[in-house]
Amino acid sequence: MHSGQPRRPEPSVIPINSQAEANLRFIRQTMERAASFTAVPGWGLVWMGLSALAAAGVSAFQPSGAHWLGVWLIEAAFAVPYGFWAMHRKARKLSTSLWSTNGRKFLLSFLPPVVAGACLSVALIRGRYDDLLVPCWLLLYGAGVTAAGSHSVSTVPIMGGAFMLMGALAFFTPMGWSSVWMGLGFGVLHVVFGVLIARQHGG
Amino acid sequence: MNHPSEHSANRPRALSGGVPDLDKVIHERVRLAIVSALAVNDKLSFNQLKDLLQVTDGNLSVHARKLEEGGYVSCDKFIQDRHPRTEYQLTEKGREALNRYLGHMEALIRAMRES
Repeated sequence: MHSGQPRRPEPSVIPINSQAEANLRFIRQTMERAASFTAVPGWGLVWMGLSALAAAGVSAFQPSGAHWLGVWLIEAAFAVPYGFWAMHRKARKLSTSLWSTNGRKFLLSFLPPVVAGACLSVALIRGRYDDLLVPCWLLLYGAGVTAAGSHSVSTVPIMGGAFMLMGALAFFTPMGWSSVWMGLGFGVLHVVFGVLIARQHGG
Repeated sequence: MNHPSEHSANRPRALSGGVPDLDKVIHERVRLAIVSALAVNDKLSFNQLKDLLQVTDGNLSVHARKLEEGGYVSCDKFIQDRHPRTEYQLTEKGREALNRYLGHMEALIRAMRES
């Protein structure tokens, strides 16, 4: 063989510490993905559902639309922070956080339709289209849950789809059904799916 | 994210050659993934693990059985809604093995940085 021929380069060697780092990274990433299975708080949803059922009962007997709206705004003021707290607590129990890769994906999918729903609500109330509030809330909350559910267990997007179905049906019923739809949607659906998630995914 | 398969081209090379202390049972891609996933869940079903790890039924069965034989995971088989269901749970021994493995990895990184 020709002695002056350039030597074949040595096969690249992966240093042992970078292999160890890759292994640690793999463990962390697997844990983050696995945690997304159960980061949605089942029992938290049940409590949110029960409070919505109570609010539905109270709102059904309000003398005016403004009072009805007031009941649901108070309910939302408690349920929304509680929902985030329950999610944070469950994520922490699973040694992850809402700001993990999947937590961020979940929130970034869930929040846009919900924020859109809040803005749309202001426009509907100002334009006196109150009859469209409940269908829009159910539809947009359902859209948020369905989108966020793509980063979670399969029960979550199914719940989102059920909310959207109820929202679509609510467009075709008289305004007097508002409390019924709110109770069925934010009450019954949260309780039923909350129990399913809690039983199947550890709380 | 690397595909947690034994055949993945991106997986890091096995470290077992130069590191005799490493736990051979979990120092394997799929088994390490199973143990890691169970470490953050009370229990996971066979199908959940399969979806999560993107492995075939056969591959998951083989590796889960190895972990079960080593006492690292416990397996519960039962009938739910007329369908057979298999659930896995990390045992105390499995959790300790994962913690020890994490400690080994960190020690390796420290040792290489100091040398």
